Amino acid sequence: MRRPGTPLFLAKSGYRRRRLHDAARLVPVFGVFLLFLPILWAPGETEARDTASDGIYLFGIWAGLIWAAAVLAPRLRQTTQSDPDLERDGRDRG
Amino acid sequence: MPFNILVLSCLTYVAFLFLVAFVAERRSGRGTLDFLRSPLIYTLSLSIYCTAWTFYGAVGYAARSGLEFVTIYLGPTLVFVGWWWVLRKLVRIGRQQRVTSIADLISARFGKSNTLGVIVTIIAVVSATPYIALQLQSVTLSFGVFASDSPDGWSLPDHASTGAWVAAGLALFTILFGTRNLDANEQHHGIVMAIAVEAVVKFAALVAVGVFVVWGLSDGPADISAKIAASPIADWDLQPGRWTGLIFLSAAAVICLPRMFQVMVVENADEQHLARASWAFPAYLFGMSLFILPIAVVGLERLPAGANPDMFLLTLPLSEGQGALAMLAFLGGFSSATSMVIVESIALATMLSNHVVMPVWLWLRPASAQRGDLRWIVLLARRLCIAAVLALGYAYYRMSGGSAALAAIGLIAFAGVAQVLPALLGGIFWRGATRTGAAAGLGVGFAIWAYTLFLPSFGPGAVISAEVFAQGPLGLGWLRPQALFGTTGMDPLIHAVFWSLVLNTAAFLIGSLLTFPDPVERMQGAAFVNAFDDEVQTGPLGWTRGQAEPEALLIMAQRILGDDAALSFFEAEAAAQGKQGYLPDPTPDFVAALERRLAGSVGAATAHAMISQLFGRATVTVEDLLAVANETAQIMEYSARLELQQDELSRSARQLREVNEKLTQLSVQKDSFLSQISHELRTPMTSIRAFSEIMTEADLQPAEVAAYGRIIHEEAIRLTRLLDDLLDLTVLENGSVQLNLEMANLGQMIDRALAASCHIRPERSFDIQRTAGSEEVFLKTDADRLVQVFINLLSNARKYCDARDPVLRIVARQKGGRVMVDFIDNGAGIPKESQAVIFEKFARLSDEARAGGAGLGLAICREVMANLGGTITYLPGQRGAAFRVTLPLRLEKREAAGAA
Repeated sequence: MRRPGTPLFLAKSGYRRRRLHDAARLVPVFGVFLLFLPILWAPGETEARDTASDGIYLFGIWAGLIWAAAVLAPRLRQTTQSDPDLERDGRDRG
Repeated sequence: MPFNILVLSCLTYVAFLFLVAFVAERRSGRGTLDFLRSPLIYTLSLSIYCTAWTFYGAVGYAARSGLEFVTIYLGPTLVFVGWWWVLRKLVRIGRQQRVTSIADLISARFGKSNTLGVIVTIIAVVSATPYIALQLQSVTLSFGVFASDSPDGWSLPDHASTGAWVAAGLALFTILFGTRNLDANEQHHGIVMAIAVEAVVKFAALVAVGVFVVWGLSDGPADISAKIAASPIADWDLQPGRWTGLIFLSAAAVICLPRMFQVMVVENADEQHLARASWAFPAYLFGMSLFILPIAVVGLERLPAGANPDMFLLTLPLSEGQGALAMLAFLGGFSSATSMVIVESIALATMLSNHVVMPVWLWLRPASAQRGDLRWIVLLARRLCIAAVLALGYAYYRMSGGSAALAAIGLIAFAGVAQVLPALLGGIFWRGATRTGAAAGLGVGFAIWAYTLFLPSFGPGAVISAEVFAQGPLGLGWLRPQALFGTTGMDPLIHAVFWSLVLNTAAFLIGSLLTFPDPVERMQGAAFVNAFDDEVQTGPLGWTRGQAEPEALLIMAQRILGDDAALSFFEAEAAAQGKQGYLPDPTPDFVAALERRLAGSVGAATAHAMISQLFGRATVTVEDLLAVANETAQIMEYSARLELQQDELSRSARQLREVNEKLTQLSVQKDSFLSQISHELRTPMTSIRAFSEIMTEADLQPAEVAAYGRIIHEEAIRLTRLLDDLLDLTVLENGSVQLNLEMANLGQMIDRALAASCHIRPERSFDIQRTAGSEEVFLKTDADRLVQVFINLLSNARKYCDARDPVLRIVARQKGGRVMVDFIDNGAGIPKESQAVIFEKFARLSDEARAGGAGLGLAICREVMANLGGTITYLPGQRGAAFRVTLPLRLEKREAAGAA
C-alpha cells in the first residue's frame, strides 16, 4: 500500500543510480562519435588551412570529455561505496 | 653547457630519485602510507604511458603530420573516461585474483594455463625490446644535442657507451627497488613514488617549454594560431584509416601494455582511485599535448631546415640561449625514459620469472616445492630477468643503430601488445572463451604482426628479402607482407594492425566455439566474467580436503612468502576459523585463499602447480559445477548444501572433541598437580615438624641447634617460594598487578636474562646466536616482568633442549609498532598434541629433566605478557622449540589496564 506523499516509484534512488551508470557507459560512445567527426570534414581535401581550427575543436571535445568524467566520477564513487549490492548490476536491471 | 655539468645534474637527479624511493619504502614499511596510497599518486604513476617517445617524439610527429599526433593520447582518454566498461572490471579482477601481470591474468582466466602465460610473455618481451631500445636511444640523442650545439665544443664520448651506462644504471635502480619484496601484490611503493615524482618533472618541463614558446617567443595564443596558419603544417591531411586505426591502437595499448597493466592493476591500492584517475589521467595527457603543436610550429619556423624535429624540445630553448630551460626539458625527457624502462622491466621480469623460469625450475626439481629456499630463487630469477630485459633492449639499440624516427618504433610495439586484447576482453566478458581459442588467437595475431610489421621494420633485405616484399613468398602475390590478400592501398601500419587483429579475433572466436573448456577453466571463466557477483566468488576451488598437513602447507608458504608473512597469514586464517595458534584446518576455503596468496608472488599457474604437489589434484565438486552452470537443479543443490552442512558439523564436532580432550587433560593435570602440590607442601612441612620436635625435646649441642635451625629455615624458604609463585599467578590472573612502566633497552634486558639463567644446567654450553643491531630498541614496558619472561624461556631451553650441540637463536624484530622476540632452539621441539597445553598451569611435559618448579613457569609468562599488552605463542614449523614474544613498543597505562 502506498502511503500518501511517498513517490509512486519506490526505488527512485536506485533508478537514478542505474541511469548514472548508463551515463558513465555513454561518455566514451559520445567521445568516439565527436572525435571521429573530423573524418567527414576531410581537412586534406579542402582548400582552407584547417590545422588551427581543427586543433581547437579537438582540444575542446577533449576538455569536454574530461569535464564529463570529472562530474560523473565522484557520484559513481559514492554509489559503489554506499551500496555494494549495486556492484552486481554488471547485467543490467531496468 | 659543459658535459660534466650535464652528467653531474643527471646523477644528482638520479640520487634524488633514489632518496624519494628509499623514503617511500621506509614509510610503507612503517605502515604510514596515507599519502603514498592517494589517488593523486596513482594518477601520476599512470603517466608512464608518456615515455620519451611521447615526450620528444610527439613534437616530431606533429612537425611531420600535423594534428595526427593527438591520436596517441585520444585512445587512452576514451578508455579512461569509459572506465566503467573495462578498467573497473580489470582492476576488480586483478585484486580478487591477486594478478601479478597481464600474462598472469590471461593464464589465470583460461584455467591457470602456463602455456598461455608463456605466449603472452613472449609477445610482451618481443614488442617491448624495441621500445626499451627507443628509450635508450632518446636519452643518448638528447645527450648528443647538448654535445653538438654547445659552444664549449665537447663531443659525446660514444653513443654506444652512453647507452650502456644508462642501461646499467637503470638495471641497478630497478633491481634495488623493484625486487625488495617478492609479493608483486605487495606493490613497489618506492618505485611508484619515484615515477610519480618523475611524472611531475616531465609535465613541468613540457609546460615550461610550451609557455616559453607561446608567451616568450610569440605573442600568446592568437599569434600562435597565425603562425600555425603560416607554417608547413597549416593544412593537415586526415587519413580516415590512420585516424581511426591509431586511436584504436593507442586505446588497446593503454590496456595491454605490460607497464600500464603493472601500475593500473597490480600497483592499485584502492579501487576507488580509478574513479579519480578516470578524468585526472586524461587531464594529464591533455596538458602534455596542449603545447606540442605550438612547439612544433615555432621550431619549424626558427630552426634550420635540417634540424631533427624529434629534438625540438631541446634545440629550441638551446638556440634561444635558454640553457636552464633546455636542462629542465632534458631532465623531463630523462624522467620519461627512466620511469618507462624501470616499470616495463619490472613487469617483464615478473612475467618471465613466473611463467618461464619458475615452471622450468619446478620441472627440473619437482621436490623443491617442499624443500629449498624458493623465495631466494624467485628473487634471483627476477633480478636476472631485469638485467636480461635491459640487455636485450641495449642489444637491439646497438643492432638497429638508432636511426628510425621515434614514433615508428613505438607504434610497432603498440601493435604487438594489442594482440592480447581479444583474449583479454573475451576472457572478462564472454564465458565461452576457451584456452584453445585464446592460444590460437594469440598465436595467429603474433605471427601476422611479426610477418607484416615487426620483421619488415628492419628494412627490405634484412630479415625478409626484397623479393618476398615485391612478389610474396614462393611467388604467392596474395601473401606479400605489406599487402595481404591483395590489400595494396593500405598504410603498412594500419594494414598490419587490421589483418593481425581481424585474424586474431577470428581464430579466438572460432577456436572457442569449437573446443570445450575443462572444469577449472569454466570456474575461472565464471569468476572473471561475474567479477561483480559475490556469490560466484565465494565458491571454493574444490581442493580435496584433509590430504595435506597444515604444517607442510605452512612450511611451503614460508619458502615463498617469508616467515613473517606466512605466519601472520596462517594466524589470521586460523583466527577466522575460530582456532588459536598458527595452524588452521585445511578447509577448501583456506587452501583456495592460500593459493590466491601464493599466486600474488609466483603467479596463478605456478601456485596452482605447487599446491597440487602437496594436495593432489583439485577436484571440482557438484557445488562448483552448479556455480559454473548457474543451473537450478534443486535436488543436487540441496544435497550439496547438506554435504556442506555435514562438513561444517563434523568440523565443529572435531573442534569440540579437541576442546574436550584438552579439558580432560587439564583435569588430569589438575589432579596430579594437587597431589603434587600437597606432596611439595608436605615434604618441607614434615621435616620442619620433625626437626622442631627434636629441638623442643632433647638437650642439644648449640651446633646441632644451628644445623637444625638452618634446615627449618631452608625448608620454610622453599615453601614460601612455592606459595609466592602461586600468589604471583593469582595476582596476574586477576589483573590487579602493579606495572612499573619505564624505558628499557631490549638488548640489555636479554643480557640480564641470559646472565640470570646461566646457572641452570651450567655443564651444558649453549651456542647463543643473536642479531645485535635489531635488539637496539627502547621499549616502554615493565622491564623486570619482561626479563622474568625471558629468563623463564631461556631456562626452559637450557632444561629441555636435547640437541647434542645446543644452539639457541634469539631474533628480535619490529613491525607496525610492535616488537617480536623469537627464542628458537634446535632441540626436538614440542609435539603437536602438547602444544595446546604448555601454557596451562601445572603443565609439565616430562619428568626426565625435572629441575624444580611446579610447572607454573609458562603459565606465569602468559599472564605477564597479557598484562604487558602482548602475547607469547609457540611457533610451529621451526625445527625446534620456538617461542614468540610479541609486545607493544610503547605500553600506555590505559592499554595496560585494558589488557589486564
